[in-house]
Amino acid sequence: MTAANKNKRFKAKHQRLVLVVVALIALIGAGLLATWALRNQASYFYVPSEMLEAPPAPDRAVRLGGMVQTGSIKTDDDGVTIHFLVGDGKETVPVAFSGIVPALFVEGSGVVAEGHLRRDGTFQADNLLAKHDENYMPRELENMTETEVKQTVAETYQ
Amino acid sequence: MHGFANPKRFLSLARWLTPLLLVAGLIIAFGALAYGLLVAPTDRLMGETVRILYLHVPAAWLGMGGWTTIAIASLAELVWRHPLATIAARAAAVPGAVFTAICLITGSIWGRPTWGTWWVWDGRLTSMLVLLFLYFGYIALSGAVSREGGSSRIPAIFGLVGAINIPIINRSVVWWNSLHQPPSITMGKSAIDPAFLWPLLIAALGFSLLFGGVVLARMRALLADIQAEARLRRKALAEGL
Repeated sequence: MTAANKNKRFKAKHQRLVLVVVALIALIGAGLLATWALRNQASYFYVPSEMLEAPPAPDRAVRLGGMVQTGSIKTDDDGVTIHFLVGDGKETVPVAFSGIVPALFVEGSGVVAEGHLRRDGTFQADNLLAKHDENYMPRELENMTETEVKQTVAETYQ
Repeated sequence: MHGFANPKRFLSLARWLTPLLLVAGLIIAFGALAYGLLVAPTDRLMGETVRILYLHVPAAWLGMGGWTTIAIASLAELVWRHPLATIAARAAAVPGAVFTAICLITGSIWGRPTWGTWWVWDGRLTSMLVLLFLYFGYIALSGAVSREGGSSRIPAIFGLVGAINIPIINRSVVWWNSLHQPPSITMGKSAIDPAFLWPLLIAALGFSLLFGGVVLARMRALLADIQAEARLRRKALAEGL
């Protein structure tokens, strides 16, 4: 193989590399633009402050997600209708629901309610989904003393 | 890497590495699964259902790892024309699709008791389903190209373009509100208690070895196919003369 020939082959390889890199940058740019444009539409639910800022029409089916406020779950006299507050740290929205709740539906835990916002500002849920957070902790930790838990959690989070 | 351009050299390495990876992967993965199913503690909220974690999470990682393998091999095919690149990409597609399907099925089974639903169209679940469809497309396309002839650069371009979905899957729970929880394991930090984390990491190691073993075994099979076909063609030519 002559030196000129070798040089040519070397160049072809580099040309392809540059082409692929340019194509990939364009592709990633397009993907980022698309996902950025989708950032509101692709969200699965509204959080309470978004819902209060721009309340959806009462006939529009929407989802509300957030934390079930501690001490807010109240059961009506009929035994199946519950009322609770969903908060996102800034605002809270009252929610009403009749039916069977998922096993993970507890106070202080995440929830996604499907339904519509009533005119009186209460969210009428047709369905409740429990949202699990990213923490996984054995049941044994619950019976530990405060300092033991702190120590274990500190180890977990490093 | 071009040391392996000669398939003979690759084959002599793959011959002993394939059974080693398969056996080690099977032992480690099923040991970790057995530990996770029988010994590991239950979760404070989810109870026993947390045990599906040891299958769901490694399957999700390897489903994405499979396409990352396809993307890297596609890059090697397009830029360096490495002779093994196309074969490696084809070999990774089927186990990648299987792990993606396992991730979706176990996730659905896990979602029913914890979230209260089998399926929702949130960002994470939808992008993972798209990954499975991308695998189907890649398997069909690369199979058609190898059967009916055509440039192996066509599936390579598809493999590279499809890689855009991988960061979307990874970031979907951060960019958008989703029912799926945000990542538990991030750079140097874990919100998973060590009692769950260690068997999970060992299960992931075992399934990764298994994945590597399957990819090598499939690469050997594909190479043997090509060899047999070339031999038949030579024979036919010789008879024709």
